Order: sequence, then C-alpha cells, then structure tokens
Amino acid sequence: MAKLNIVQAVNQGLQQEMERNPNVVILGEDVGRDGGVFRVTEGLLERFGEDRVIDTPLSESGIVGISIGMAVYGLVPVAEIQFMGFLYAAMEQLISHASRIRTRSRGRYHCPMVVRTPYGAGIHAPEHHSESTEAMLVHTPGLKVVAPSSPYEAKGLLISAIRDPDPVIFLEPAKIYRAIKEDVPDEAYAIPLGIARRVREGDDLTMISWGAMLRPTVEAATHAATEGISAEVIDLRTLSPMDSEAILASVRKTGRVVVVHEAPRTGGLGGEIAALIAERALDYLKAPIARVTGFDTAVPLLRMEDYYLPNKERVLQAIHHVMEF
Amino acid sequence: MPRKPIKQFSVEWLQILDERGQPDRRLLPPLSTKEIQSFYEWMILSRVFDERALALQREGRLGTYAPVRGQEATQVGSAYALGPADWVFPAFREMGVGIVRGIPMRMLFQYWAGDERGSEIPLHRHYFPTSIPVGTHIPHAVGAAWAAKLRKDPVVVAAYFGDGATSKGDFHEAMNMAGVFRLPVVFFCQNNQWAISVPVRRQTAAQTLAQKAIGYGFDGIQVDGNDIFAVYQAAKEAVEKARSGGGPTFIECLTYRMADHTTADDATRYRTEEMLKPWIAKDPIERLRKFMEMQNLWTPAYGEQVRAEAERRVAESVKEFEEQPPPDPADMFRYTYYELTPPLKEQMDELLNSLRGGRRKAEGEKPDA
Repeated sequence: MAKLNIVQAVNQGLQQEMERNPNVVILGEDVGRDGGVFRVTEGLLERFGEDRVIDTPLSESGIVGISIGMAVYGLVPVAEIQFMGFLYAAMEQLISHASRIRTRSRGRYHCPMVVRTPYGAGIHAPEHHSESTEAMLVHTPGLKVVAPSSPYEAKGLLISAIRDPDPVIFLEPAKIYRAIKEDVPDEAYAIPLGIARRVREGDDLTMISWGAMLRPTVEAATHAATEGISAEVIDLRTLSPMDSEAILASVRKTGRVVVVHEAPRTGGLGGEIAALIAERALDYLKAPIARVTGFDTAVPLLRMEDYYLPNKERVLQAIHHVMEF
Repeated sequence: MPRKPIKQFSVEWLQILDERGQPDRRLLPPLSTKEIQSFYEWMILSRVFDERALALQREGRLGTYAPVRGQEATQVGSAYALGPADWVFPAFREMGVGIVRGIPMRMLFQYWAGDERGSEIPLHRHYFPTSIPVGTHIPHAVGAAWAAKLRKDPVVVAAYFGDGATSKGDFHEAMNMAGVFRLPVVFFCQNNQWAISVPVRRQTAAQTLAQKAIGYGFDGIQVDGNDIFAVYQAAKEAVEKARSGGGPTFIECLTYRMADHTTADDATRYRTEEMLKPWIAKDPIERLRKFMEMQNLWTPAYGEQVRAEAERRVAESVKEFEEQPPPDPADMFRYTYYELTPPLKEQMDELLNSLRGGRRKAEGEKPDA
C-alpha cells in the first residue's frame, strides 16, 4: 500500500496489466519516450519496449482506427488521446466502428480496447484542452464510459476497463490528476464497471456526480452537514452503462436530488438522470431536481474557467434550493 | 549552393493483356491452365451473382445493392494473390473478392437483403464484415497488420477501397502509419473513376492515385484494372514483399464502374452513353476470354458450361437465402455488448412485450413471465 495520486495509480494499473497480459499494448502521441504529456505512461517504454509502448504519428483517428484493427486481431490496445478535445477527430472511428464491430459481425469479432483521455477544465490550459463531452460517448450504444474520481478508483476501474471485452472510454479527470493522494493497494484489483459508489450516506438529499466534480460535491455536502442537512453522495464511476438502481434507491430514500457535472447542461447526463428519476421515482420526489453544471457555452479560457466550473458555493446554493421544498 | 533535385520519383504502369486480349509474353505470370480457367470462372460467377442481385432488387427481394460490374478482374485477380491466412478488409462493393475468399453467396444475398445474419462470416475466412463509411476501415486493416507483425505471424492484410476514399482523412492516417512502421499491408485502390456522381478528376489534381504512396514512403503502382493478369501480378509481388518484411504497397487498379453507384442511383444524370462505351469494349471478362480463345482455352461450349454452372450455384444460393427463417428481433440487442447491460435488457423486454401485445409496463416494472 502506497499513497499515490491519479497519475501514479493509472501508471501502476497499466504496468500491472501489461505484465499480466502480453496482448496489452499502449499507443498514442508522446506516450513512449516522453511518458505522456501528463507522465501517465512514464517508465513503460523502458520496461516493455517499443513493440508494446508505441509513439505514434500525430493522428487521432488513426490511433483509434488502428487500435480497432489490433483489437479484432487479438491484441488489447490501450490508446491515449492526449486531451478529450482531440478525441473528436476519432469520433467516427468510435461511433461508426469500435462501438459496432460486435453487432456488425454478430459477435464474430469484438473490440476489447481502451481509449484513455484526460478530460475536464481547471488545468489552465489553452482552448480545446478542457472538454467534458462525455454525453456524446454515453449516447453511443456499444461503448462503455468510465470516469474515476480518485487514485484508488482510477486504478481499479482502469484494470476492469482493460479486462473488459468491449471498447471502454476511460476519462481521466485532469484537474485532480495530482490533487489527491490516497492509499492504493500495491497489487492489481478490479472495481467492476457499471456499479456506482456511495461516497457519503445521508437522508435529506441525493447528490450525484463523477470525475473531478465529485470533489466540490463532497465539499458542499460536508458544509451542508454543519447546517444540519444530511446529504447522500453517489459517485457514478461508470457513465455507461449507468447504475440506475443505485440512483433510484437513494432517491427513494431522500426525495431530493442535486446532479453535478461540468459538461454543458443541455443534453448533458444530468438530463438523463433527471428523466430516469421522473420515470421511476416521481412519487418519491419532494422537490424539483436541481442541476449544477457547466454552461451551454464553449469552455472559456483560463481567466474565466473558474466561473464556468461548478464549485462548492454553486453546489451549496443548489442544496439550499432543493431543501426549501 | 545551386538548386538541385534531391529526390526524383516515377510511377509505373502495368498492363499485360491489351484490349484485344493480346499478351505481352515477357510479363505473363506463370499460371497453369487450370488457374487461368479459375480466373475466368470466378469472374463469371461474380458477374452472374451481380446480375441476379440486380434482378432481385428490382423485384423487391433485396434492398439497395451496389453492383460490381466492370471490376471483376480487379477483385478476382487481387483476391487470388492472397493466401488463406491473409486478412481482407473490404469496403462495400467487394462481392467478387468475397466470392473468391469463399464467403457463401447465400450470406452476401442476406446482407444486401438487410439480414444481419449475412455478416456472420466464418472466422477462418479472415474476411471482415462490410464497411459502409468510405475509407474509415483502412486504419483497421493497418491495425490488424500491425498486430500480425507484433505477433510475428506471416500474415498480409489487404485493404480494399475506391478512388473516393483517397480524399478522406483516414486514408491519409492509415497510409502514413503503414509507411512509418513498415507494416504488411497491401492497399487495393479500385479506381472505378466515380464516387457516385463525382469523377476522379474532382477527387484529386494528381495525375495518378498511385503516386500518393510516394508521399508515405512506399511504392505505388498503377495497373490496368481490367487486365486480370496485371492485377494478379502486381498483387502477388506486393503480397510477397509484405510477407517478407518489405512493408506496404499501394496498387491503383484503373477500372470503371459500368453500372450505377447503387440501385438507388441513376448514372444517366451525370454520365453519357459515350463515356461508358469505350469501357464496354474494355470489359475485363471479355478481354480474358479473347486471350483464352487464342490459347485454345476457351470454346463456346466451355463458355456455356461455365455460365450454366455459375447460374446453378447462384440460383441455389438465392434459394438458401430465401429459405432462412425471419430474424429474431431480440438479436438487435444481443451483440451490442458482450453481455446485455441492465438498460438494454429492459429495452429488449419492452420490445418483446409490445410484440406480444402486452400492456406497456411502467419503467422498471418486471415483464410478464
């Protein structure tokens, strides 16, 4: 057991899966000699060699498309797309191919691959480096989408993603890459996909979040406790397939809901979660569902990104709002 | 410090049989009589399949169909040069390749009839399912070639696409990676000169498509795509080179789409009879037939027998295809993930329940037993 941040935890997970399974290969821009722009793949080239840790040309669609070919042949590629804003060039490969190879071949071929990409704002980077457009991916049948919120979670979920027989998009919260250190077991362990985690137990309201936004959500819940408000916090972990039962069980208990995500509000997953609750737990609701989200704008450059990102204060205001009913 | 050329390139053209079926004997590949007859028989089978598919479409027994007519030499000649362990990544107009690879014609008909069971291609054929979005499957071929190389399998991967695909970004990304990593791929570009209504001159200002390979650091060759010997010879050399570690080759097969783009298209809107006419004279099957006749390998009786056998096989496949029971609606859900996810299970139950005329359940309510 060592105290690791998310970068180190993902690195350890990659290393252990590469040791366990010789079919696992890493490919992407700057993942080899440079160890990745966030250093997530540091040391892996030295350990596993150029055949398994591949510095590719600058070619996002090519990286994902080639990973598909490798996967159908029998390898388990773990591709890195340097930032989520660069993933769009590969969306056709994900939507038209990776997600459908199993269906198109009626199960003759499958596509066990992982696309890792840092996502989200708050890292003071240029335009296109702060995207959080997970809803596009969740809307694509055949993909699985995972967004860890801490080092322990990141390692366990990554290992499951690599072992999963379907294509998994693994969204690494760039804002908290090095912000949290926590105990991470030395050995490999898998956190199953599709199962949410209750981070905090409470009776008055249910808060649902994932990735980097879990932090302000928990901070607001902790603050609310000092005001006598008991908030339950759920970390979704896997965005697709979503753990509906965990959400509904909590909402049936509390009757109030705040969803927190940094993606734009319209068409964001908050709407899907609200629809789920309206369809299945309407009778239990005591207050309108509140969403605290990024805005329906381009993510602003760094001088204004703090206005864009949900923070503890905005989340707290939403808690106070739902508690008024 | 004068200006001087630092690198010069040339692009080769290969034709072995001219339009009258006269061979350049120095270039003739060493093929047995049986192999030459096979070329002819596969091309006739592909043509008969194509004609039957068009007829079935007109009768409403197939959906939209993309005819192969005119590209038989390109498809049969290239597919014949591949070994059984090699892999093929087709686009959507490669039924001639599929037939040579041993894909049951029953499945080809099923696919074009909109029955997904037509894509249950036997794995040992190493023939990937049809890919509709133009050019986006080329990286898959390169990825498979890369995997084969990493595993040290003596496998060559063939990517099939058309002239339109060379304008796409994924063509560039795939060609580039194949060149950088010297991968065992052969790019078969069937330049049939049309992307629906847009002629190849609107795809590129380059004189040939073959020369594009130069920019990626490997060889490109333009062959007469209606000359099955030229296609076969170029393919054979490229496959051997790839297998022995020599890296990729780009083969531009200059041919012609003699029919409409698909049955949903009407080529008379953008193509005149005069434009088509010279290509009818260059028909790849007729060219080989003339050669065979001169070599005493073809007689009217043999020709009739080949055609009758092809018609018999195609008719049998149509019968098999039409005898298939209707697909199970639950199949729509079964292959989305390795295991049905909980939301998909619910949606499947919703559909099946509605088909049974059941009451719409509340969301999450258990279906009737």
